[in-house]
Amino acid sequence: MSSLLEVTSISVSFDGFKAINNLSFDIGEKELRAIIGPNGAGKTTFMDIVTGKTRPDEGRVRFGEPQMDLLRLSESQIARAGVGRKFQRPTVFEAQSVRDNLMMALSNDRLPFAVLGYRVTAKDSERVAALAAEIGLSAELDRIAGELSHGQKQWLEIGMLLAQEPKLLLVDEPAAGMTLGEREHTTDLLRRAAETRAVVVVEHDMEFVRRLDCKVTVLHEGSVLAEGSLDHVTANSEVIDVYLGR
Amino acid sequence: MQQRSLFARQPSVLIFISLLAVFTIVITVLSEGFGLGLVSTSFIKILGKTLCLCLIAIAMDLVWGYCGILSLGHFAFFGLGGYMIGMWLMYERTKDIVITSLAGAELPATAEEIREGIGTQIFGVVGGAEIPLVWYFADSLFAQLALVVLVPGLLALVFGWLAFRSRVTGVYLSILTQAMTLALSLYLFQNDSGLRGNNGLSGLQNIPGLTHLPQSVVSVWFFLASAFALGAGYLLAAWVVSGKFGNVIRAIRDDETRIRFMGYPVEAYKLVVFTLTAVIAAIAGALYYPQAGIINPAEIAPIASIYLAVWVAIGGRGRLYGAVIGAATVSLLSSWFTGGQAPSIPLGFYTINWVDWWQVLLGLGFVLVTLFMPKGIGGLFDRLVRKDAA
Ligand SMILES: Nc1ncnc2c1ncn2[C@@H]1O[C@H](COP(=O)(O)OP(=O)(O)OP(=O)(O)O)[C@@H](O)[C@H]1O
Ligand SMILES: [Mg+2]
Repeated sequence: MSSLLEVTSISVSFDGFKAINNLSFDIGEKELRAIIGPNGAGKTTFMDIVTGKTRPDEGRVRFGEPQMDLLRLSESQIARAGVGRKFQRPTVFEAQSVRDNLMMALSNDRLPFAVLGYRVTAKDSERVAALAAEIGLSAELDRIAGELSHGQKQWLEIGMLLAQEPKLLLVDEPAAGMTLGEREHTTDLLRRAAETRAVVVVEHDMEFVRRLDCKVTVLHEGSVLAEGSLDHVTANSEVIDVYLGR
Repeated sequence: MQQRSLFARQPSVLIFISLLAVFTIVITVLSEGFGLGLVSTSFIKILGKTLCLCLIAIAMDLVWGYCGILSLGHFAFFGLGGYMIGMWLMYERTKDIVITSLAGAELPATAEEIREGIGTQIFGVVGGAEIPLVWYFADSLFAQLALVVLVPGLLALVFGWLAFRSRVTGVYLSILTQAMTLALSLYLFQNDSGLRGNNGLSGLQNIPGLTHLPQSVVSVWFFLASAFALGAGYLLAAWVVSGKFGNVIRAIRDDETRIRFMGYPVEAYKLVVFTLTAVIAAIAGALYYPQAGIINPAEIAPIASIYLAVWVAIGGRGRLYGAVIGAATVSLLSSWFTGGQAPSIPLGFYTINWVDWWQVLLGLGFVLVTLFMPKGIGGLFDRLVRKDAA
C-alpha cells in the first residue's frame, strides 16, 4: 500500500520531557483516521511536527508522491505542499467577512506579488459559494466572521481548510464545544472530505469517533499504544487502563 | 460576484481625493506666488511640509495599522530621502556659486579648480576639502532621485529581511527599528560620515537652475508636488489594502500563525510592506526637506519615529484617512504652539509658556485618546456613518 504520509521514529522533548517518543505513523491517500488518547499524550504535538511548527529531535517525516521531506520545509511551504490544519481553538479571521476568509483560503498562488494582482474570477466566486453551501454558511457570506456562533466558526474553519484543497487534513478536536446537532453535521463534513483526501481527526469524544467509523490510533505518552477499529482498540486492556478506565 | 472599482470598495478614497483637490486649489489661489496673496509663503511651506508628513503617516498606517508591524524607525527612511535629494541641491547650488565667483579670474576655471572650490565650500565646516565618495553622483539630479528610492529601499529590504527571517515580532521589532534609526542618526552626526555631521545639509530651499524664481513661486510648486504625492500615495495605499493583499496583511496583523499555516509566506509579505512603506516615507522626505531648507541628523532621532506612531494612533489606525487627520492635526498644532504664536497663560505665580508645555499637552492628548477613543479621531466617522444608516 502506498502511503501519503510516513512518519518514522520521531521523538521530541521539551526541557527533558519526552512529549513524543519514537512515534511512527502512516496514513494512505483518501483515508480517514481518528487519533485518541489521554490529555498530554502528544496528539497536538504530533500535528505540530507534521505541519512544521515543531522540529523533532530525531526521525523522518515524508509526504506525497514523489516523496518530500517535510522536515526541510517551512510552515507555509508545508501548507502549500498540501497539508491543511485545523487548530484546537477555532481560529478564523474575525475582523473579516466569511467570504473574505474563504477567498483567502482558496488554493490560488500565495506569493505577495501574485496576490497583489489578484482579481476575483467567476470560478473562484462559484467555488466560494459551493463551499459556503457545504458548510451551511451560504446566508452568512457577507457577515463578519467574529459575529458567527462557535459552531459556525468551526465550520468556517473547516470550509477554509477544504478551500485549500489539501491532500492531507489534520483536524484537532473539531467537536469541542459543539451541540449534538452541530457534531453530526461536522461528522458528515469530515467523512465527505475524506472521500477525496486523507483526514486525521483528533477527538476525545467516543461517540463522535464511533460515528466517524474509521481506523483508530491510540496515543499514550508520545507513542502508539494500539491501532485498529474502535471496537478492537477499546477492547485492549492497556487502552482501558490508561484512557478509558479513568 | 462582480469586481467592484476601488472607489466602490473604499468610498472614503473619493471623498479624500476630492477634499485634497479642493484644498490644493484654494490654497494656490490664495497664495502670494500665484494668487491673491492672502496666504504667506512661510505658511505655504508649513502646509506643504504638513502634506509630506501626512504621506509618511499613510506609510506608517500601512505598515502598522494594516500589517501590524509597529515600526519605530520609519523616520530614518524619511530622513534618508531628504539627504539624497539634499546632496544634489547643495552640490549643484554650490557649484553655481563657485563658478560665478571664479568667473572674474583671468584664466577660465578648470574642472579641478571648480571641484576644489565646491569641496571647500561644502566641507569646510567639518574641516575637509575633499568631496567624499558618497557624493559621487551628486551632480546628477536623475541619479540622486534614483537614490532617494534605492538607498532607503535597500536599507529597509536588508533590515527587514534579517529581522523578519529571524521572526522578530512585537515589541522586540519595535526596539530593533529604534536601534536602527538611532544608529543611523549617530553615524550621521560623525563629521567623517561624509554628510557634514551635525551641520547637515542646508540651503535646500534654493533650487539650482531656478534661483531666478522667488520663494513665493517655488513654495507653491513644492506645495503642489506634495499634494500630488499625497494623493498618489493615498490611492496606492488604498489599492494595496482594498484587495486580497489587504486581507492577507490584516490577517497577518490579527493572527500571524494561522495565515502561515494557510500557506502564506508571512515573512515575504512583511518584507514587501516594510520596504514599500520605507520608499513612500523616503519620497515624502525628499519633498519635505527642500521646503524645510535644512536637514540634519537630529531629524532622524528615535523620538521622531515615535511621534509618527503617535500621530497615527491619534488619527486612528487601519483607516488611511485617520493617519492623515492625525498627522495634519498634530503637526499643525505643534507648529502653532512651538512657533510662539500661541498666547501664554499667566497664572500669577507661573506663566504657562506653550513652547515648553506643548509636549505635555500632546502627551496628555495621546493618553486621553488612547483611553477614551481607542479608534482615534477617525473612529468618530464610524459613528456618523452609523447614524446616517439608522
Ligand atoms: N512547546 C512546548 N513546550 C513545553 N511543553 C510542551 C510544549 N508543547 C507541548 N508540551 C507538552 O507536551 C505534552 C504533550 O502535549 P500535547 O499538547 O501534544 O497533548 P495532547 O495529546 O494534544 O493533549 P490534549 O488532549 O490535552 O490536547 C504535554 O505534557 C505538554 O505540556
Ligand atoms: Mg491537544
